[in-house]
This record gives sequence, C-alpha cells and structure tokens, in this order.
Amino acid sequence: MRYFLRRTLHAVFLLFGVSLLTFLFSALTPGNYFDEMRLNPQISPETVSALRIQYQLDRPLPVRYAHWLNAVAHGELGFSFAYNSPVAPLLWVRARNTLALTVTAMLLAWLIALPLGVWSAARFGRAPDRVLSFTTATLLVVPDLVLALGLLILAVRTGWFPTGGLVSVNFDELSAPQKLRDLGFHLALPVIALVVATLPMLVRHVRASVAEALDAPFLRAALGHGIPRSKLLYGYALRAAANPLISLFGFSAGTLLSGSLLVEVVMSWPGLGPLLLESILARDLYVVIGGVLLSMLFLVGGNLFADILLYWADPRIRTAASAK
Amino acid sequence: MQPLLKVENLLKHYAAGRSARSKDKLAALDGVSLSIPLGETLALVGESGSGKSTLALCIACLETPTSGSISFEGIDVATLDENQLRLIRPQIQLVFQDPVSSLNPRWTALEIVSEPFFVQRRFTNPDRAVKALQLLDRVAIPRKMAGRRPDEFSGGQKQRLAIARALALEPKLIILDEALSALDCSVQAQISNLLLELQSSFGLTYLFITHDFAMAAHLADRIAVMDRGRIVESCPTENILRSPNHEATRALLAAAPRFIESTGELVHA
Repeated sequence: MRYFLRRTLHAVFLLFGVSLLTFLFSALTPGNYFDEMRLNPQISPETVSALRIQYQLDRPLPVRYAHWLNAVAHGELGFSFAYNSPVAPLLWVRARNTLALTVTAMLLAWLIALPLGVWSAARFGRAPDRVLSFTTATLLVVPDLVLALGLLILAVRTGWFPTGGLVSVNFDELSAPQKLRDLGFHLALPVIALVVATLPMLVRHVRASVAEALDAPFLRAALGHGIPRSKLLYGYALRAAANPLISLFGFSAGTLLSGSLLVEVVMSWPGLGPLLLESILARDLYVVIGGVLLSMLFLVGGNLFADILLYWADPRIRTAASAK
Repeated sequence: MQPLLKVENLLKHYAAGRSARSKDKLAALDGVSLSIPLGETLALVGESGSGKSTLALCIACLETPTSGSISFEGIDVATLDENQLRLIRPQIQLVFQDPVSSLNPRWTALEIVSEPFFVQRRFTNPDRAVKALQLLDRVAIPRKMAGRRPDEFSGGQKQRLAIARALALEPKLIILDEALSALDCSVQAQISNLLLELQSSFGLTYLFITHDFAMAAHLADRIAVMDRGRIVESCPTENILRSPNHEATRALLAAAPRFIESTGELVHA
C-alpha cells in the first residue's frame, strides 16, 4: 500500500514539473495569439492590448503560472483564445473521440499480437516463424504516414469506407443499431492504420519473450511431466514471459492520447490530434499546455497501471514490496 | 534380463546452415547405443559438445531423434505420438544442471514439488500437499521452508527441490544432466550421497551425465565415454579406471585432479 502511495506521489510531482516546463517553454516561443491580430488592419491596436490585458498576457510569467495553477485546482485548464471557451470541456470532447479510436485499436492489436507471438515462438526459427518475422520487419519500417495515406487511397478508390470524420452527416436520423454501424465504419480505417502500425512491434516482443521463456529448463521439466503443449505455451511460457509484456502494455496504455495524433490528422478524425496541431499553429497557449498535460497524465497513469498489474501478476514483486 | 533402457544406433542431426534444406548437417549423435539394467547407474562422461545433453533430451522424449530406437521397458518411445508419450513421460524424469533456471521463480517450494501431480491429475488437492511435504522430507528440505520461493534457497537446496520434483511421479529412470556440475564440492558430495540413498530406497535407475570422472566413479556401476557424438568406450567402472582404452577417456581422466592424486600411476598407463 505504501508502495502505491509513493508511486502516486512521484506521479504528482512529475506532472507538476511537466506543467512548469511546458509553461516555461511556451513562454519562450516567439509571439503569441494576438500578434496575428496586430497585422490585421481591421482590429485596432487598442482592442488588441485590451484583449491582452483581459487574458492577462501582460502580467509576469510567475503570476500567470499561479493563476493557471489556481484554475487547474478548480477543474479548469485555462481559456482558449481561439475557441473563446474554457480549455477543459474542449479537450474532453476531443479526448473522448481519440480514446474511442485508440482503446479499440490497442485492444485489437494486443488480442492479435498475443496468440500470433506465441504461435511464432512455438515455431521459433522454422519456416512459418521466419515468414512472420520478415513480414513484421517489413511493416516496422513502413512509416505511419505512408500507411495512413495508403489506406486513405484504398478507401477513396473502393468506396468501402468513409474517408474521414466521426459519423455520417445524417447520423441523428439513424436508429440505434444503425448509429453503431455508422460509427464502426468510420472507426475502421483509422483503427486499421493504428493496429497495423503497432502490431509488428507487439508481435516481435511477445515472440521474443515467449521464445526465451520456452528455453528455460523448468518448462522442459513441465514438459517432462507430460503437460499438454497448449497448456505449456499459454499457461506456463506466456506467464513466465509476462513481465516485460506487462510493462509494454502499460506503456502502450500511456500512449493512448498521444500515439494516434498523426493518423488522426491524416484521416481527419476529430480527436486531439487536429486540435493540438491547430492550437500550436495559432499559439493557442492554454490548449497546447492542456493537451501536453493530458498526454502526460496518461503516460504516468499507464506506467502506474503497469506497476499495479506487475504487482498483481508476480508474487516475487509482492514479497519484495511488502518486505521494504 | 531385459534392460530398463536400451538405445540402439541413435542418430540426431541438426541443420548446420541457415536453411533446413542445407546439406551440411551437424551430427550431434552419430550412432549411439547403450543399455541400462533396472536399478543401476550408467555414467555418461564426455567433453562439452560431445552430444551428452542431446542424448539426454532424446531419451526424455523432449527431442525427436533423426533415426534409431529408444526402447524403454520394451516400448520404442521414439515412435510414440504426443498423447501416448504423455503416459510414458512420468516414468522418465530429468534433473538439470542450472538449479536457478530449472525452478519456476514465481512458485513456492510446495507448488514446485506438487506441480507434477497437477499436470498428471493425480490425487486430490489436500493429498497433493501431504505428498509434496513428504517429498520435501525425503530430500531434507525443512517443512517450514515450504512456503518460500526459489530465490530464498541455496544452490544445493534448489537442486534438492529439483530432485524432489523429479521424484514426485515415482519414475523408474532419472536422467541427471550435469546435475552436480554447478554446485560446490561439499554440496556435490551431499547431493550425490542423497542420490545414492534415494536409489537404494526407491530402486531408481540413473543416467548420470557429467564431465567429472571422479563423480562418475563415485556414483556409477558402468561408465560410457562419449566423444563427438559416439560412445567410444563403455565398461564397468572399475575396468575403465584401471585400463582406459581410448584417447578421449585418457584425456578426461587426466582432467580429474582428485582422481590423479589417489591413483597416480594409472594415469600414465
């Protein structure tokens, strides 16, 4: 229990540090949101400076940071200049869309990677394993961007899938099962892109850990006791290989918010990706900081999640933690 | 009398090149024949890379030989399918060299020793625990340590656990694959005495694989010397020590310091 308290405390400090740094770095970037307005002859310099004062951009950095921290404490994440609304609800809607995409993709990728990796490890070095290794290696070197664009071209040519967006225009008129179907069709393409992008790495990790575990004499001993092959693979070898995979799972949970940004932008999925890109270009300061902080929160949360899983899965870690 | 284990003309080839179709095959076993009568110990001595462990894995049905026959109690185990093998496997058990990796690090001593019962679906749960504790007694592991995990045991104790696990299914043949090589001298002596004691009380048959002639002489009735995939000499222990015939045997004898000290003149023969 104390172990988790300590871990959580670490996480809070880390987030605090990240927020401070993002604030500092974004203050160091040249220009701000209102500089563009100054170039616009239709907006008077008085209006711009009034806006600057209204948004407190004239105040020194520590004061702004303190203000922002206060806002965070009240469940807000500052104010978006471009959307003229608080950042938190803005981010929330987009994060929800991103999560719908990435959670589906992550679960699908792991569900495929585990049996495929074990299957490959059981045939380590033989022809089927080599073919699979070659395939995953090839897929690994294909950049995400090329993959997403390729799928997009496929969708345009065949017309099987919609080429962007969250739902169809007539979504509100559809019945519940039709709505689900519509959402599924829109999800398909970006999900495929994400799965194909992450799958090769996962399969290779699973294959390597399981193959290593299969070499252990205690598995040979179990085989010597007459254990069925499938139970040896999934019951013993996979469990013996679990620790690095659990860490990897936590890490992939950590990239849920940040891993799909590129695919979202290319496939115009209304998630965090396009929003963050826009805000960075427009120097919409608090949206950017909010987005970075949210991604960071997930990364830290994902690692904490992995630690909890490890603690639950490995009795050795439990003993070591309670001994401290 | 029919021997418990009879191996005839066993061949095991591994592909040497990258491709399995490669013509350069590596012969790990190049026509090995041996037999062990029930209740006896055969020591298989040889340098590393001479094919000893491959032979062990073939006899334990963990590797399939390229050709040749392995007859256990008159049944040719090399021809059995996976389901038939599962019935034979309990009779032949292995103890490995490295005590650290031969025990599942996540399990307690009790879980490790009772695992074979779960695999073979023998006994009810309470009985399994009782049997496992009795096994711990047999190998002199204190019962109060039954809840500990392998990393809390010493090397010798780990090997005792591995032996207890091998005994669980009441095997006829135990293959000791360099089982003493990773241990200190004093611990080696303790474990080898334990092995002799278990042999006399359960009537076990051992295939003792080693590169240490002194240990082989201590444990075995017969010694077979292996060199490059072949058995080059196989005699009762006494004979082989007095008059080694093959070059490989003499080289191995010369490498056993404890033996040279006690019977110095024999080495020069």
